[in-house]
Amino acid sequence: MKIHEYQAKQIFRNAGVPVLRGQVARTPDEAAQAFRDLGGPLAVVKAQIHAGGRGKGTVKEHPSQRGVQLVRAADEAAQVARNLLGNCLVTIQTGPEGQTVRQVFVEEGCDIARELYLGIVLDRAAARPVLMVSNEGGVEIEKVAAETPELIYREHFDTHAGLQSYQVRKLCTRLGIQGAEARSAERFMKSLCRLFVAYDCSLAEINPLVITRAGEMIALDAKLTFDDNALFRHPELKELRDLSEEEPAEVRAANAGLSYVKLDGNIGCLVNGAGLAMSTMDLIKLHGGEPANFLDVGGGANTEQVTEAFRILLGDPNVKAVLVNIFGGIARCTTIANALVEASRQVGFNVPLVVRLEGTEVDEGRRILAESDVAIISAESLTDAAQKVVATLK
Amino acid sequence: MSILVNKDTRVICQGITGKAGAFHTKGCLEYGTQMVGGVTPGRRGEKVEGLPVFDTVEQAVAETGANASMIFVPAAFTADAILEALDAGIELIAAITEGVPVMDMVYVYDKIKRSQATLIGPNCPGVITPGECKIGIMPGYIHQPGCVGVMSRSGTLTYEAVWQTTNLGLGQSTCVGLGGDPIVGTSFIDLLRRFEADPLTKAILMIGEIGGTAEEEAAAWVAQHVTKPVAAFIAGRTAPPGKRMGHAGAIISGGKGTAEEKIAALEAAGIEVAQSPAEMGQAVQRAMQRKGVK
Repeated sequence: MKIHEYQAKQIFRNAGVPVLRGQVARTPDEAAQAFRDLGGPLAVVKAQIHAGGRGKGTVKEHPSQRGVQLVRAADEAAQVARNLLGNCLVTIQTGPEGQTVRQVFVEEGCDIARELYLGIVLDRAAARPVLMVSNEGGVEIEKVAAETPELIYREHFDTHAGLQSYQVRKLCTRLGIQGAEARSAERFMKSLCRLFVAYDCSLAEINPLVITRAGEMIALDAKLTFDDNALFRHPELKELRDLSEEEPAEVRAANAGLSYVKLDGNIGCLVNGAGLAMSTMDLIKLHGGEPANFLDVGGGANTEQVTEAFRILLGDPNVKAVLVNIFGGIARCTTIANALVEASRQVGFNVPLVVRLEGTEVDEGRRILAESDVAIISAESLTDAAQKVVATLK
Repeated sequence: MSILVNKDTRVICQGITGKAGAFHTKGCLEYGTQMVGGVTPGRRGEKVEGLPVFDTVEQAVAETGANASMIFVPAAFTADAILEALDAGIELIAAITEGVPVMDMVYVYDKIKRSQATLIGPNCPGVITPGECKIGIMPGYIHQPGCVGVMSRSGTLTYEAVWQTTNLGLGQSTCVGLGGDPIVGTSFIDLLRRFEADPLTKAILMIGEIGGTAEEEAAAWVAQHVTKPVAAFIAGRTAPPGKRMGHAGAIISGGKGTAEEKIAALEAAGIEVAQSPAEMGQAVQRAMQRKGVK
């Protein structure tokens, strides 16, 4: 689960990770008021969307407006907010369609001495989290990682003991940080690593991380992603979820216990199992088609879930044909066949439907389909299924 | 011979009184697995499918001599269940449960690696040695005793591969579902080492997917240590970056973990890569022919 920068900063503040003062604004007036409340000579107005790259992103409706802007007066803060709010911000991470800005964060300014990068992710190969820092702050860290990986310094840390002082010293030495700055860095990094574990984060990223002229390390940006599987033990985080930032069909699928990802093609896929679902997409592409989605109905799918899956699939106006690929293990072919018949009754198929059934209760499943009045193109194998569904579009 | 499990493996089910635990205990019994009991705290004395239920794994081991456990407890309690099995001296722990928090697995993984035990999963179909022992949720009938060692990060895609090798008459020595999570107890390399040493296994099929670097690491290990023919398939060639494809582990992040990178690494290691999921079995045949293995 992703959250907004201003929400992440509240968590940072509570955990003792230094951030600047700021206020959320949902109207230009609120932005102006926030500027006055902060009381400084300048402030920064930042669009709040779940995608990164906001500083370089542009607003569709106001091409000269960036997603992050320095302002020096209350009315200027209001004007920037007006340009952003309700409009569409396009960044390298949003794709060309962009993302609607529904709130801005107005934050006080600070005297920046240097900009750094800091990230914490789970290192799967090491099976523990890794803290990464670099002097190459403020730029695309992916580029640094690809071109000059030696400029990113890494320390794995124990999730129970936390980041150790010597590890901070190693990092500070490499970064060229010393004295009061190093002491500030130690508090900062240790608190952040503790927070990462305590909140079951899968990603914490601060770009830029700054050191002020006063020698304090501060998170100028804040990005947190949480492990969905651990949300059950963080009820307070669930309230931070912003459904307007998510694809409605994906939210709907998740509520039905389905795993769905919308894609750009026109062949809807309904499959059991994540690996088989991905492979089915690959196979469609291999035979010249374009998958409209990833959809895994899971192992224990019942009739209601599968019917809902068909509703979601057919609710996508781009879908011109549907491929059902089931290798029954736990999921039985009969369940899928009955759901197909039921979905046809409730939703009605107005596009060609190719079905490939294999595995548990396959003969019975095929019989149910054959005896129903649902128009089905049945396929014998994976390749046959992919070829047939692509052919329906030619 | 085979790896990890065989006809002598004595299995308990943690979470046996739950719906999934009871259902799959029955499935394993029907397959011929030596299921010897189950564990659900507070339910000692009950029976499920005629098997005795115990309060703790320690009790179950003492009274049944179990050396393997199949875990079906809810995700929030899975780490605890794995650690309990480990503490009781269980040698093979298969955690089927989906949705275990990653931070739990960081801790569990560390404990497992310091022990002699093997953990399969979590979020996996389990492990099967055809004709001898099935621990998990895979449909038994698609398997056939044979010579291909199958290891996979995905469930149903494994069934697909198994079905293909069965239809080609190759059969399987042992099939292991590693699990779809970012941290799982057993890696491809752990299994490559076992399959390479197993006399019954003549060829190895590795089924990977996008995300992480497990396939690249396995490829490097194959190039150095494996003499047997190896074939592979990678799912997720068409998956867009940044989107989690069902499995928590199947996500391309920061430009890493793409199918192209993995396929290139596998091919560089001399592994026969199936271009389509429909020809995983044939890829094994080609790998065997190339090395002159029959």
